Amino acid sequence: MSRGQADTDAPKPAIVRQVPRLLRSSTFRLALLYTALSMASVVVLFGFIYWATAGLMDRQIDETIEAEIRGLAEQYRRRGLEGLSATIVDRVSRDPNGAAVYLLTDDEYTPIVGNLSHWPEAPSTVDGWTDFRLRDWGRDKSEEHLARARTFLLRGGLHLLVGRDVRELEAMRRLILNALAWGLAITIGLALGIGLMMSVGVMRRIEAFNQTGREIMEGDLSRRVPTNGNGDDFDQLAGNLNQMLERIEGLMTAVRQVSDNIAHDLRTPLARLQNRLEIARTEGPAQARLAVEQANEEVAGLLTTFNTLLRIARIESRDRRSAFGSLDLVQLAVDVGELYEPLTAEKNQQLVVEATGSLLVSGDRDMLFQVLVNLMDNAVKYTPEGGRVGLYVSMPEGIPTAVVSDSGPGIPATLRERVFQRFFRADSSRTTQGNGLGLSLVRAVMELHSATILLQDNSPGLRIVVRFDGKTGKGEDGSGIRE
Amino acid sequence: MRILLIEDDSHVVSYLKKALNETGAVVDCSQDGKEGLLMAASAEYDALIVDRMLPNLDGLGIVRTLRASGDHTPVLILSALGEVDDRVEGLRAGGDDYLVKPFAFAELHARLEALLRRGAVDAPETQLQVADLEMDLLARKVSRRGKEIQLQPREFRLLEYLMRHAGQVVTRTMLLENVWDYHFDPQTNVIDVHISRLRGKIDRDYDLTLLRTLRGSGYMISDSN
Repeated sequence: MSRGQADTDAPKPAIVRQVPRLLRSSTFRLALLYTALSMASVVVLFGFIYWATAGLMDRQIDETIEAEIRGLAEQYRRRGLEGLSATIVDRVSRDPNGAAVYLLTDDEYTPIVGNLSHWPEAPSTVDGWTDFRLRDWGRDKSEEHLARARTFLLRGGLHLLVGRDVRELEAMRRLILNALAWGLAITIGLALGIGLMMSVGVMRRIEAFNQTGREIMEGDLSRRVPTNGNGDDFDQLAGNLNQMLERIEGLMTAVRQVSDNIAHDLRTPLARLQNRLEIARTEGPAQARLAVEQANEEVAGLLTTFNTLLRIARIESRDRRSAFGSLDLVQLAVDVGELYEPLTAEKNQQLVVEATGSLLVSGDRDMLFQVLVNLMDNAVKYTPEGGRVGLYVSMPEGIPTAVVSDSGPGIPATLRERVFQRFFRADSSRTTQGNGLGLSLVRAVMELHSATILLQDNSPGLRIVVRFDGKTGKGEDGSGIRE
Repeated sequence: MRILLIEDDSHVVSYLKKALNETGAVVDCSQDGKEGLLMAASAEYDALIVDRMLPNLDGLGIVRTLRASGDHTPVLILSALGEVDDRVEGLRAGGDDYLVKPFAFAELHARLEALLRRGAVDAPETQLQVADLEMDLLARKVSRRGKEIQLQPREFRLLEYLMRHAGQVVTRTMLLENVWDYHFDPQTNVIDVHISRLRGKIDRDYDLTLLRTLRGSGYMISDSN
């Protein structure tokens, strides 16, 4: 494709440039189909009207003629030629408008009696029917009249012709055909016009979708499909697409944030690592040994961070429900409590574990243990010496629930939404140990278990409630928490 | 000690070979699954270290074939796949232990020693002893210099595991898997606190410290300094 050529093209109005696409559009094809269907129905309709009017009159005329011929034949049989002639003369005289046509000839087609000057030249069908023109007929001699008649051979070689002037019938037939032609023309015109208009309208809406799509592909993720606000199906489609785009943009932002955070949070330990290696290279053996040991710990910490990130990603992306089994939440809590008892004792914290009996839930034993470990870890970490840490398992309203509470500083309501983000740490001074991934992992596991996680105020401190209610891991507002 | 290492990542191979040689082990290597299986079947080794992903025949296939032919050489499986399911799969195939990459050599060495020791112990023990610390596995009692020490059930299991591996380094992960029975990553120093509490019970009143923390690698119980 040459750019120069495109530039030299004379600019055309948008609608003209769109014509080939318009003709290819599915709406226009549909409009064509409708046009064809409308035409067919117009033809059928007029066909019926024709059959019901002109056709009926045709049949009536034929029947009248037949009856008359039968009558005249009867006259001839009973009263001979004279009687027949008298009857014909009588009938002609009683029909001054010339609606009926009569002619009796001898075997040479020489007229004997009747209102027709000579035998028509038009050929007749096998059973004697013929259509011919009447000249100088009726009152208005100038106009041309058509006649339909039946010929009949009488005994003695006489020919009898009985017919009707069908001028009015012809006029009506023309009228109907005219109406049909107009009707078809109007149908085609209207159908094509409306189809074109509809196609243009639909194409504009679709073009808006396409345009948004192209802009997004070019990198502007903030674009949205315009809506009319009338709630039609296009608006619904646009609404759904926009919601999808919203979600994608949210995910993209999250991904960008995560990679930013990774870069930011890993820079510090990497810098320390570099320092230590520098010391190892330049200082004496004793100091070098210490520096290498510290560097090793630094690397171990980095590896842990990466492993946790990978683990969260794996949990988030994979459906691990196949590995679920039945496990006792009470036993899990008791084991976690036992694991943390020495640590709380060391910090002079009061550890309360309330979990009795057994409470079976379906899940991954190791992952749920990890969840309770992470929650307890935070609780112990942020609770001051002499504070109180609680771990409770119960079943309110028939929903298996685990609660971890502490008497630490808690998390302000405004930050609660963000604690599940990777690397987020409410403690901005970062004096406490940790990589800011603990709650991200918790949420990933919770979502896998269709459990809800709630952050509540323990005044003082924080209460984290994990409910195995079979819903999604997110709160109703989709923010990831519910209060 | 003769070890067969079947691993296709030549970087890992040269690193492990050098490190294992330094501990006094003789190491044979193969970078191909089929060749590795042939080597394992045709020579006597004290232990095998087998990577899961290998050309021609995967690690689990090697272990299954060996076990099916009645070969019970201890096998340590190495793998980048670290999920619980993957571990279970590895152990079911006949592996004796499972180590997830990336790993520290200290971790691998500790696990390898534990495996070799396991192979050597045949008769079930009823009594464990490290210096003057004694553990009666039947009565579930612990005493030092004849004086009984009261331990919680978990502390007893912890000490039992350490004493069964006396003189060897035991890593945190090994303790988590074998004493706590859960696969999880402790965020803080929970295990350290358990160890120091145990140390308080068995070591505090005695001049010889048996339970020591080895910075950066793990813990060890032993009677020599």
